[in-house]
Amino acid sequence: MILVAALAILLSMALALIRAFMGPTAYDRMLATNAFGTNTVVLIAVAGYALGWNSFVDVALLYAMVNFVSTLAIMRFFDQGKSESEISKTEEPQERCSSKS
Amino acid sequence: MAFLVITALVAIKEHDLFAVVMLFGIYSFLTAVLFMDLDAVDVAFTEAAVGAGISTVLMLGTLRLTGRFEKKQRRNPALPLLVVCVTGAALLYGMTDMPAFGDPMAPIHTHMAPRFIQDSPTEIGVPNMVTSVLASYRGYDTLGETMVIFTAGLAVLLLLGMREGQNRRPGRTAIGDVLVLRVVVKVLISFILLYALYVQFHGDYGAGGGFQAGVVFATAFVIYDLVFGEADVRRVLPSLWLSRLAVLGILIYAGTGVACMLLGHPFLDYSALAHDPVHGQHLGILLVELGVGITVFSVILTIFYAFSGLRRPQVSA
Amino acid sequence: MLVEILSWFCFLAGGFLCISGSVGILRLPDFFSRLHASSVTETLATPLLLTGVMLQTGWSLDTLKLMMVWLFVLSTNPTATHAMVKAALHDGQTPLEFDQPKGPQTDGNESTEEETSTS
Repeated sequence: MILVAALAILLSMALALIRAFMGPTAYDRMLATNAFGTNTVVLIAVAGYALGWNSFVDVALLYAMVNFVSTLAIMRFFDQGKSESEISKTEEPQERCSSKS
Repeated sequence: MAFLVITALVAIKEHDLFAVVMLFGIYSFLTAVLFMDLDAVDVAFTEAAVGAGISTVLMLGTLRLTGRFEKKQRRNPALPLLVVCVTGAALLYGMTDMPAFGDPMAPIHTHMAPRFIQDSPTEIGVPNMVTSVLASYRGYDTLGETMVIFTAGLAVLLLLGMREGQNRRPGRTAIGDVLVLRVVVKVLISFILLYALYVQFHGDYGAGGGFQAGVVFATAFVIYDLVFGEADVRRVLPSLWLSRLAVLGILIYAGTGVACMLLGHPFLDYSALAHDPVHGQHLGILLVELGVGITVFSVILTIFYAFSGLRRPQVSA
Repeated sequence: MLVEILSWFCFLAGGFLCISGSVGILRLPDFFSRLHASSVTETLATPLLLTGVMLQTGWSLDTLKLMMVWLFVLSTNPTATHAMVKAALHDGQTPLEFDQPKGPQTDGNESTEEETSTS
């Protein structure tokens, strides 16, 4: 039964991967990567228990964190150009050649 | 493994670098699963934390500078391909001289591994043998690795510097306006820091240790930066203190070795540190992992600060 | 024995919901609807599967740690979804709208439709 669940998770990971390859907009790819990461977390938990890996829960928790970080990073840097130019328009222009801090 | 190959091939062919970065994240995860399957949990831990977390963030930071789409290649790739093939063939040829992979009669399995496996519980007494090999039996190598990490941070500092970006107003980022995110991240960061401390000190018993803990620590600060902005995170941890922390980590490690020398034993022989060799080993491993963790954390954050302070030079329209 | 059956049920349900969520990600027409499908995976399938593993490991330290993974996943994934929606709306993406079919196959009380604006 556990192996059935693990195979189901693997299949859904493959489907999310197809969306990551196809995805017309970047948001689709972002979404697919997040879904892939979530499926990963649960795959590590399930397969780790089934195959007897030791300390698999630590890796699952770590990967949950890592998934969150990379989703946030993709979101933050995605429309960086657009939003940054909006924000920096309201500030005075900085000196380009500043010395290293 | 098939997933790995497919992902690598698609990553090479794809021209949108943004998508490539995400594919690299997936690739790194698949490698981590492979390592778990080979029963190397510590390595899988580090690979997952570094490859899918920090590398993705740093590569995305670089993408801001280089532009999103790959330019057409103008040179014929035939010559580099030839060089790579020749080098690969030479390496493979050199490998035929070594014992077969997993050969039980290889020297490493008949001399080194039994010595570690049999003597580590009595000499060092730390359940996680990876940590005992890393920090005690091969302490010199780990000192070298930590110095390499420190040197990398130093190189980034020399090349890029940690200038403040133009975005000096605190709390202003593209996703900082999302209130739900701010509230949730504020609560989560404390848990992530706690988890990092757990990983650091639990490295003796399960998967973990200094390298992994340093990376998770840095991840917490990176999350704070992503949501709240550079100015806020530089107020929390100024760049000057970061440089000092990196040096502190190395000094702790090397200082432990020197302390052992001053007490009459060879460099990095931890038995000198306490009344009893086994306790000395425990204390030594603790201090050394602490040094490694501090160094890794500060170097990763240094690189992140350096990249986030850069902006693409404005091209006049 | 009851615990075994319960955990089997959790695994089956979780696996099925996982697949259905991913099929939704692949087949639905618009970004926002795909987001909705992936949220099924992350808030229902993942906790169910984790509960299944927790039931299998019994009362041990692993169960506590799995409970932490459970809480972490339940709190971060909806937040990420929310932030993604905000980012997409900010960028100007709009949800796909279909016009309702008019004709003899629908009954007469569906008279309040939105304007036709397929993107």
